[in-house]
Amino acid sequence: MENLISIALNSIFVGNILLAYFLGMCSFLAISKNMKTSAGLGLAVIFVLTITAPANWLIYNLLLAPGALTWAGFPNVDLSFLKLVLFIATIAAIVQGLEMVIDRFSPALYAALGVFLPLITVNCAILGGSLFMVERSYTFSETVVYGMGSGAGWALAIISMSAIQKKLRYADVPRGLQGFAINMITTGLIAIGFMLFAGISL
Amino acid sequence: MNATVTRPWAMIRKTKSYKEILRALWQANPISKQILGICSALAVTVQLKTAIVMSVALTLVVAFSNLAVSSIRHAIPRNIRIIVEVAVIATLVILADELLKAFMYDISKQLSVFVGLIITNCIVLGRAEGFALSNPPFRSFMDGIANGIGYSSVLIGVAFFRELLGSGKLLGFQIIPDLFYDMGYVNNGLMVLAPGAFIIIGLFVWLEHTLLKGK
Repeated sequence: MENLISIALNSIFVGNILLAYFLGMCSFLAISKNMKTSAGLGLAVIFVLTITAPANWLIYNLLLAPGALTWAGFPNVDLSFLKLVLFIATIAAIVQGLEMVIDRFSPALYAALGVFLPLITVNCAILGGSLFMVERSYTFSETVVYGMGSGAGWALAIISMSAIQKKLRYADVPRGLQGFAINMITTGLIAIGFMLFAGISL
Repeated sequence: MNATVTRPWAMIRKTKSYKEILRALWQANPISKQILGICSALAVTVQLKTAIVMSVALTLVVAFSNLAVSSIRHAIPRNIRIIVEVAVIATLVILADELLKAFMYDISKQLSVFVGLIITNCIVLGRAEGFALSNPPFRSFMDGIANGIGYSSVLIGVAFFRELLGSGKLLGFQIIPDLFYDMGYVNNGLMVLAPGAFIIIGLFVWLEHTLLKGK
């Protein structure tokens, strides 16, 4: 249990998937102008990461990992090189499926998340989450916590960024620094803020 | 005497490929646009060496994916073109990943998941979709190389400053003399951490805006 809490805390704060590993920057910079849409996109990322990371764990450990095919009579087969293609395919399929399911059963949620779901397929944070899960050889429950935690970390980062950008409109930024440059520096400062949590140990 | 032999540069300058390369490298290469593609790769800019390997891998992937997509562009049905493009790119990235594992195991360990993330890099898919689908193979290949180099210049630039200021080295060789350290010079630890990359990029873009106001 302690292990799970520490994975959750680490993936939200110190090992934040956006601020420490630079994943999902494209949509972060494009969407963060508006608080409401960033909250929507943040929620969608939490949702998708929580589902795709465990799904890809199952695929990796039942089909691709070295020796995973023992149950089918191929103990020496190592298909792990296929993980990139298969992960991307799973993510695309799951996102597409989710979109249809949400549209069918919860129109309100669809109105909030629907626009963002297709964007998410190409978000590097989603694929990155699955790849980190393999690299750090998490167990299934750790993967669930890690997926949810890194999604929450990403959402927290984009929401704080949009809040800061809102205040920044009233700031007197030097000409050349306006726009993209000041956004990067702000992101750097947020990243420093998140690193302060490194002192917490369980 | 043939004009091609006496003044090769003048001839090369007239070709379409040259104009495309010039466009990709100079006119359409704002740092802020490259960053959108660079995003995930910033994690490998702590050291110059990993950044260079990553740049080479990405340039080759863009070039060959452009070449492949362009060669089969008449055979791809319009509706499923994105899937075809992603399949081509993913195959090339797997090749790059396996080659790195086979011949540069240590570096591939340091690059960890970031080689795999080339698949979701906006530049690679963007060039396949935006250029290779409507242009002949050779020019698409050159366009890929040029875009790869444009991207690499930013990545290597960031890595240069991060390694120099963060650990006083370049490519693993010590650049800042011991004398400086004896006199009280201290490496800037911020540069080794992730926020350093964000701040350096911000300063780069500032510099670009100031220098190239008319661009």
